[in-house]
Amino acid sequence: MGHPTGAAKRPLSPHLSIWKWGPAMAVSILHRVSGNALAVAGLAVLLWFVGAIAGGAASYETFQSVMGSPIGIIVLIGISWSFFNHLMSGIRHLVLDVGAGYEVERNNRWSVITILLGILLTALFWAVIILV
Amino acid sequence: MGNGTRIGRVRGLGSAHEGAHHWLLQRFTAIGNLILVLWLVFSLAMLPDYSFATVYGWLSSPFSATAMVLLIISTFWHARLGMQVMIEDYLGGANRFAAILLLNLVFLSLGVFGVISVIRIALGGA
Ligand code: HEM
Repeated sequence: MGHPTGAAKRPLSPHLSIWKWGPAMAVSILHRVSGNALAVAGLAVLLWFVGAIAGGAASYETFQSVMGSPIGIIVLIGISWSFFNHLMSGIRHLVLDVGAGYEVERNNRWSVITILLGILLTALFWAVIILV
Repeated sequence: MGNGTRIGRVRGLGSAHEGAHHWLLQRFTAIGNLILVLWLVFSLAMLPDYSFATVYGWLSSPFSATAMVLLIISTFWHARLGMQVMIEDYLGGANRFAAILLLNLVFLSLGVFGVISVIRIALGGA
């Protein structure tokens, strides 16, 4: 690999296989997965949504028929779960940022609660869409 | 600067002097996303139906259009910052530079497209 100098010598982050799994590790990787899913799929659908409306009734109908198809619904469920999961772990990040919640017992408990809340809110959201 | 131990390889390099700013912006835009995406979620859940007329009527109001433009700016900025962190974790050297350059170009262009679309809707161009 030669002998890089300066910034090039900074080590990279260890990959997934290096870490020991635990509740905190699970929220952390889910935060990354859901954040990037939102950034790629979520923002793509959002752009298509506003772009299609700007394009007029015909282009909006194309958007609507694709997103209303079974595959479209699965994508939307995935995006909504990504949002609620990322929202919960994001709030957890902000709490940890002020220095709270590092005791092993509490940290583990809230890690699990974060993941469960993300799933619960997704179910609640779709219940409202379908039932109300 | 040693080559042997891992700590020896990073000691003395110092910080990149941009980290704290990046970190803080990630937090500011996170709060922006929190408010704005929840606004979108509630708005969509409360629309009576998803016909073109309904959705167009909703998004063309000055309030909705403003919120949507802010939402696009906040989410694209936050996503760009976040994806840069991921790239920095797994790529080094020229690959890292190229990936971040591409990321910036793509997110800036797409974000502008989104904002222009909303402005067009708000001004009744469609
Ligand atoms: C809905 C649009 C959103 C998108 C597209 C998005 C995207 C991302 C991405 C790609 C990352 C980087 C993940 C990583 O490096 O592992 C990230 C990180 C982060 N997100 Fe979001 N996010 C969104 C909403 C939110 C919300 C609502 C919050 C807060 C309540 C939030 C809080 C955070 C925080 C605190 C980080 C930094 C984590 C760290 O420092 O490691 N995000 N986001």
